[in-house]
Order: sequence, then C-alpha cells, then structure tokens
Amino acid sequence: MEEIANLMQGFATVLEPFNIGVMIIGILLGVIIGVLPGLGGANGVAILLPLTFSMSPTSAIIMLSCIYWGALFGGAITSVLFNIPGEPWSVATTFDGHPMAQNGRAGEALTAAFTSSFVGALFAVVMITLVAPLVARFALQFGAAEKFGVYFLAFCSFVGLSKEPPAKTVVAMMIGFALAAVGLDQMTGQLRLTFGSTELLAGFDFLIAVIGLFGIGEILLTMEEGLQFKGKSATINPRVVLQTWMELPRYWATSIRSCIIGCWMGITPAGATPASFMSYGIAKRMSPRGKNFGKGEIEGVVAPETAAHAAGTSALLPMLSLGVPGSPTAAVLLGGLLIWGLQPGPLLFVEQKEFVWGLIASMYLGNIVGLLIVLTCVPLLAAMLRIPFPVIAPIILVLCAIGAYTVHNNPFDVVMMMVFGVLGYVLKKCDYPLAPLVLALVLGDKAEEAFRQALLGSQGSLTVFWSNGLVGSIMLLGLIALFWPIIQNGMARLRPRPAV
Amino acid sequence: MSDQSHSAGETGPSQRGVEIAVALATLAFGIIILIGSLQVGIDWGFEGPKSGFFPFYVSLFIIVASLYNLLQATTLGGIKPGLFASVDQLKRVLSVVVPATIYVALVPFIGMYVSSILLIAVFMMWLGKYSLLHTLPIALGVPAVVYVVFERYFQIALPKGPIEYWLGL
Repeated sequence: MEEIANLMQGFATVLEPFNIGVMIIGILLGVIIGVLPGLGGANGVAILLPLTFSMSPTSAIIMLSCIYWGALFGGAITSVLFNIPGEPWSVATTFDGHPMAQNGRAGEALTAAFTSSFVGALFAVVMITLVAPLVARFALQFGAAEKFGVYFLAFCSFVGLSKEPPAKTVVAMMIGFALAAVGLDQMTGQLRLTFGSTELLAGFDFLIAVIGLFGIGEILLTMEEGLQFKGKSATINPRVVLQTWMELPRYWATSIRSCIIGCWMGITPAGATPASFMSYGIAKRMSPRGKNFGKGEIEGVVAPETAAHAAGTSALLPMLSLGVPGSPTAAVLLGGLLIWGLQPGPLLFVEQKEFVWGLIASMYLGNIVGLLIVLTCVPLLAAMLRIPFPVIAPIILVLCAIGAYTVHNNPFDVVMMMVFGVLGYVLKKCDYPLAPLVLALVLGDKAEEAFRQALLGSQGSLTVFWSNGLVGSIMLLGLIALFWPIIQNGMARLRPRPAV
Repeated sequence: MSDQSHSAGETGPSQRGVEIAVALATLAFGIIILIGSLQVGIDWGFEGPKSGFFPFYVSLFIIVASLYNLLQATTLGGIKPGLFASVDQLKRVLSVVVPATIYVALVPFIGMYVSSILLIAVFMMWLGKYSLLHTLPIALGVPAVVYVVFERYFQIALPKGPIEYWLGL
C-alpha cells in the first residue's frame, strides 16, 4: 500500500501549476514532432533536452516524457490521413487507417487510433505502477555480475528478436560500444582510442548521435523518396467520437491481446514497431472479419495502435527499475537522468521517490491530456503537414543543429551530427538497425564497468557470470534470446504438422 | 517503399556494391578500434583489466561480424537485388546534404543565426522555387523565434559571428 501513498504524492507533484503547464507544452510539442517528418520521439527529446537543464529534474522528466507520449499520439495522424507513417511504429496503422480515410471515415479511424493508444498506454502505466517497484526492490540485491547479466540480456534480445540480419545487428551494436569507449576510461582514468585528437577527448555523446542518426538521416530518407504530401482532410466532431466509442468495446479481446503483446515487447527491448506489426498480424488471423483487414477495418487500427503505445510506455519500466532503457527514446530519457545528476537504476525508487512517482503520475495525466489535445487539434495538425517540404526541411535542419550545439556548446558536435546523419541514411538503407547502436552508446560505459567489476571480483574468471542461480538464470535467458531464431526453428521442426 | 520507384532503365549504385563498401568500412573501423585497444593494453594491470580490455573484445566482434557481412554481400548472395538508389534519388539526397554540410561548416565562422537565414533562404528559393517575398518572412522569422526562445527565455547562448556582434545581439 506504500505504493498508493507514493503515487498520490506523485499526483500532488504533477498537479502543481508549473508542472501542468510543462505537461501541456510537452504534449503539444510531442504531437507536432510526431507529425513532422524527420522529427521523431528520440531526436525530438534529444533536441529539447538542453532546454531542461535549468529545470528541476521532476519538471524536466515530465516535459520530456510528455513529448514522448505526444509523439506516440502524433504518429497516427499522418498514417491515417496521409498514408505516411510519422513514426516507424505507425506503419501498421496505415494498413487499415488510410483506407478508412479514403472511404470518408477519417474521423472514425482517428478516434479509434487515439482511443486505442490511450488504452494501451493506460494498461502499461498500471503495469508499471504495480510491477516497477517490485522489480526495483528485487534488483537492489544485484551485484556487478547480475548488472552485467541484465545488460547482456537486453543486448542479446536485440540480436535474437530484431528482424534485421543478426550479423548487422551485432556490428551496429558493437560500433555503439566502441564509440562509447572513446575518451576517458572511467575506471583507470586513462585516455583511450583518441589517437591524439583533442576533439575526441570528451568521447562521443549519444545525444549528438541520436539527433544525427534519427533526425538528419530521416530527412535524407524522406528527400530520397521525393514525398508529395497528398492527404485527406478530417474533422472530428463529438458525434463521431461518441459513435466510435460505442463501437470500440466490441473489440475488447483484440484490445487486451494487443496490450499484453505491447507490454511484453516494450519491456524486452524489441520495441514499439515490431509490437505493432505483431499485434496487427495476430488480430488479422484471429478476427472473424480478418479477410477485410487492409480494406478499412476499424479493428486493424485498434490492434497496432494499442500495442505500439503499450510498448512505448512500458519501455520505461526497465529504464526506471533497472537502468536499461527499452527503446531509443527511453535511452535518451535515461541520458537526461544522468545529466540532471540522477543515477538510473533500482536505487532511484529509494532515493528519488518524488522524481519516480512524479513521473509515473504524469504518465496517467499526460495520456489523458494527450487524448484530449489530439482529439481537438486534428485539423490544425493536418494543416501543419501541408507545409511543403522545402520549407519544413531547412527548419528541422536548423533545429537539429541547435539541439546538437547546445548539448556541450561545442560547434564540433554540429559537424559530428552531420556525419552521423549521412551514416544513419546509409546504414538504414543497408538494413543495419540504429536502435542497438544508440543503446550501446548510452549503456556502453555502464556495461563495461559492470563487466570489469565482476571480473575484478573473480580475478578474471568468466565463471562469475554463472556463480549463483540468479546471475546464471539471467545469463541463460540472454542466451535463449540470442539464439531464439534457431530455437524457434528447432521447435517448429519437432512439432507435428497440422493436417491441411 | 523505394524499390517500386526504380524502373528498369534507371542507373545508380547497386545495393550489393554499397553493402560491400559498408562492410569494408565497418571492418576498417573494427581494425582501428583493435589497434587503439592494443595501444593502451588489453591484459591485466595492477588495477585489474586495462583500459583496452573491453574495446578489444568489442573490436573482435566488429571484425568477425563485418567479415560475415562481407561474405554475405559477395559470395553468399544474401542481399536484396537492385539499386541502392537511383541517380535521381541520390541527386535529391545530395541537394540536402551539400547545403547542410556547408551550413554546418559555416556556423563557427558566421554564427548560427546568419547561417540559418542563409540555409532556409537557399532551400526555399532553390529547391522550393519560392519568390524572395515568400522566403524572407520565414528565413528571418525562424531565427528570430529561436533567438527569443533560446537567448532570452532559456538563457542559452548560440554561436555568433561578426554580423550578430555588429547588431549587438
């Protein structure tokens, strides 16, 4: 019951006028970021992070996490109206959302998308409220070996569960680790991998990498496709909203299934994008109207949106309780924690109660505010998408450059941003996943520290990672995740084939 | 998405060629990290594992996985066929990369504000074919808003050049 009291305390923090204002600004910015091409959750938060340096950590995290919720909401608008996913996780929403808009049911599709997003997020927040404190309490017993085990598990899941080729995932991830190692070695105080360059002394900042890889890279991809925005217009009136709300409870089974898929994929760092596809695929197979999927079926909007939002939200659970972010945006938030002087991980729940519970309370309120804002602002946001690309692209470039500069007030970072941008474009076109690179860059120092400390304790013997049941089972889970495709193949072969 | 837009007659770098180049680049990166870790020592010192210990194993992973990707691209054939991008597409991409690179290079010398005005103006007039009348309000307005938000409200100084100092900003 202590949790409920803490949560109420959190609500009291969030309801302070300044924090409410920050929340509304965050959601608005987030929705705009989600709608505009080239600006997504991760780099949007990265660009705005320097603005929060002067705020209290609690207000700062409320603003940044609300940008994240806003971006999750915003992605649906472009998918439905323009058939252009504003975010990768809303690709699956275009399958049925856009046909609905073409049939003149745009208002219905958008209401269904927003409401499902809200339901998914709410489910995930309730789960975080109940589970995160338990996980954190459990994780307090972790030593260096167990900590490394958790990182190992997170990174193995990337290799085994992502749809990109495993060798490419390994390369991307290890490049992240290598870049994280450049500069000062935290444990020995020695400089390494700088090759005499003064620019490299401070190492690579993941914020610059995020802004370049996701921001500039995305603009280049958009430019290559030569996108012409041709959208359907939409207004949402209260009658359509009520009608859709009456209809939605019929899809309760799809909804619950998508919530669970989303939460599971969000906690393991598979992320919102595969969650939305998987949820759509399963809904298509299970629904009695599955044949109509792709022609404008409302259930085909409910499934991916619920799962994507549940995954995006639950990605914060491992970030808060273990210090391991479940998505690139969660990784940027974790980087924010470090900048504000907080130590992510289980101790957060003990030492920074106000911060943690303020954040959790803001997730409840932020999603309610978000739902209201997107339902009322759709025409405005759709108009924003009609701004031609030659106007919006240089503005986004300028914002990215300012964001990169303000991280350390260093003009060299702006150059690095551009390098990362071109790199992001080429890597993405060659199926190298960018999320593991960013996560490795954020967690590299911590994973290395845990690894070396564990080895110090055992005098260099790798058996320390199997020395007790706890670390052994975490490592085993990691190995299962790593070889999951092979295990799955093996199981499919063992299973008798169903008669056709 | 972009695959459909290639018609048979289009030319451009092949996907396979770019994949090989990327694999070679990551291989070279892995070797650089390997050399760097050997320089600082990869064995045990009195303080435990030396600074190069962890990056050394990271570099081995990069090298092995890059070699595998290289094999995949050259002999195993695990690459989607076709073009990486058509010449037209690359031209469009370069039409962003070139001005953006010049912009980034100009920032330390003429400041963030003047270079931003130039970038937006060049983009709108050259790529968007807008008239000067349409371009000016946006090219001047965006940096003005940035100035108010960053310098006045959040007190974050952005790089300035001679023109900004001359204006006394």
